[in-house]
Amino acid sequence: MTPVQAIIAKELRSYFVSPVVYVVGAVFLLIVGLLAYLYLVFAGAQAIQLMQVQGSAQLNLNDLVFRNLFASMRFILLIILPILTMRLFAEERKLRTFEFLLTSPIGINEIVAGKFMSVFLVFLSLLGLTGLMPLMLALFSDFDWYPVLTGYLGLVLLGALFLSVGVLASALTENQIVAAFVSIGLLLVLWLLSGLGALLGDTVIGQAVSYLSFMEHYDHLVRGLVDTKDLVYFLSSLALMLFLSHRVVDSARWK
Amino acid sequence: MIEVQQITKRYGQHTALDRVSFSVAKGEVLAFLGPNGAGKTTTMRILTCFMPATEGIARVAGFDCADQPMEVKRRIGYLPETPPVYQELTVTEYLQFVGRLRGLSGKILTASIRREIERLGLGTVQHRLIGNLSRGYRQRVGLAQALLHDPPILILDEPTVGLDPKQIIEIRELIKNLAGSHSVILSTHILPEATAVCQRVVIISGGRIVAEDTPEQLSARLRQSEKISLTLKSPAIDTGTCLKGVSGVQNVFTSGAPGVFLLECELGRDVREEVARLAVTSGWGLLELKAISMTLEDVFLQLTRHEEGLEPDTVAASVESAGQPV
Repeated sequence: MTPVQAIIAKELRSYFVSPVVYVVGAVFLLIVGLLAYLYLVFAGAQAIQLMQVQGSAQLNLNDLVFRNLFASMRFILLIILPILTMRLFAEERKLRTFEFLLTSPIGINEIVAGKFMSVFLVFLSLLGLTGLMPLMLALFSDFDWYPVLTGYLGLVLLGALFLSVGVLASALTENQIVAAFVSIGLLLVLWLLSGLGALLGDTVIGQAVSYLSFMEHYDHLVRGLVDTKDLVYFLSSLALMLFLSHRVVDSARWK
Repeated sequence: MIEVQQITKRYGQHTALDRVSFSVAKGEVLAFLGPNGAGKTTTMRILTCFMPATEGIARVAGFDCADQPMEVKRRIGYLPETPPVYQELTVTEYLQFVGRLRGLSGKILTASIRREIERLGLGTVQHRLIGNLSRGYRQRVGLAQALLHDPPILILDEPTVGLDPKQIIEIRELIKNLAGSHSVILSTHILPEATAVCQRVVIISGGRIVAEDTPEQLSARLRQSEKISLTLKSPAIDTGTCLKGVSGVQNVFTSGAPGVFLLECELGRDVREEVARLAVTSGWGLLELKAISMTLEDVFLQLTRHEEGLEPDTVAASVESAGQPV
């Protein structure tokens, strides 16, 4: 077992011993399930209306359910993922195990990678559970799987970005609540950059500001467009956040 | 094994360590004594490569702490002030995690864990969550962690804090047994501990080393006068004055207990015989008469208080276990 694997195993153990993962997971699945149900009911009502007017209706689950659901999940993830990441470094610093970790013969990059991977695995398992929903819908109706799968790819990339911002925020402080708020704040700023970009219009600056926000990149994936530009955005911002976390952890030794 | 040359550590304007130099030979146990904030933990953090020094060189096992931290970290077992334990893990799980971080695996890991659990008496709690353990057990888990990969160098920040007296003796025995094959630096507030366990003592105060020697030589060097303790069964009212009249006696103090006198004498003069004769002839009922050598505690107080600019005389007086002049 390499040191990174040891850290991943230890963090997973810590996550599943504490009630946080269960509470966060239950809330996440409940909200996602509820939203999916509501979007389905609305879609059904719309179909009935169309039936009465036109005599026939084709229910488009991709447009009426999945796109709405993927749009809503952005916000749910923005709220719950910082709750998962907030303990990663803040708790180590609070409980004085940080010093132990940094005096162990492992690199800071291994520590950051291990911590990120562990929470990413937790997130993937939660996201995997929401996969039951399209599977169940597929039993009773027809829809296009392709945009659903690219939407999930979008969620995975978006989640990874959110988690990396959370790791960075957690490295900045020893207070877990502060860590959670800092990451929620940073993510909201990233979110609002798209609005700012739209306000600036079709100028170079406007486009650059919009590009910095995850909104349009995620939106492309939800609509079924897999563009290298968007993948580059997610992967490079993820790398940047993890690099910054590395720097912050390293600089914490100097104080 | 450990070589520290002219190390200075500054936090902004504050100088935590000021040109500190010392060295530890292979198999030696060195005690770090000093009041809170003296720079003990800072020194240990530099040696364990947790933080870099502002100036100076620290070398551990021949590797520079600034240039080759990985090599240094591999050879050090470090117990920080607060035992670095994860409350949500059991003792065994925790030691497994620690071992894996240090590259142990398979049978070696299992054997090392068993060895430390046995050595530190953790057998009964090995499957319990660390969060449910008492302070003493956590401290021992912390020690097990430092010893797990059998490092040649041990750096222990107050290793016996939170242990009961029996455990303290056990841990001291353990450290004594480690000496010879391991180099150990330990910091402590408990002065008899330094006398009991260490070959050499470094007293640090205000970021500077104020003394470095064996415990015995330190107290010998700093003894400024001979002291004698005298216990009498039925002292008279003028006993104090009579004692002061004995040639060679400079000062007489009474301590809190009835009939106990402390005599301060000229250096190199033994007045015990004369005092005994006086006590017997005066019929005071001589119970006890003994010379007192300065304990490390006195030395420590004297050195660290002197630092604050106090007169040596007042310090000496305050050391007299709160004695009052007659």
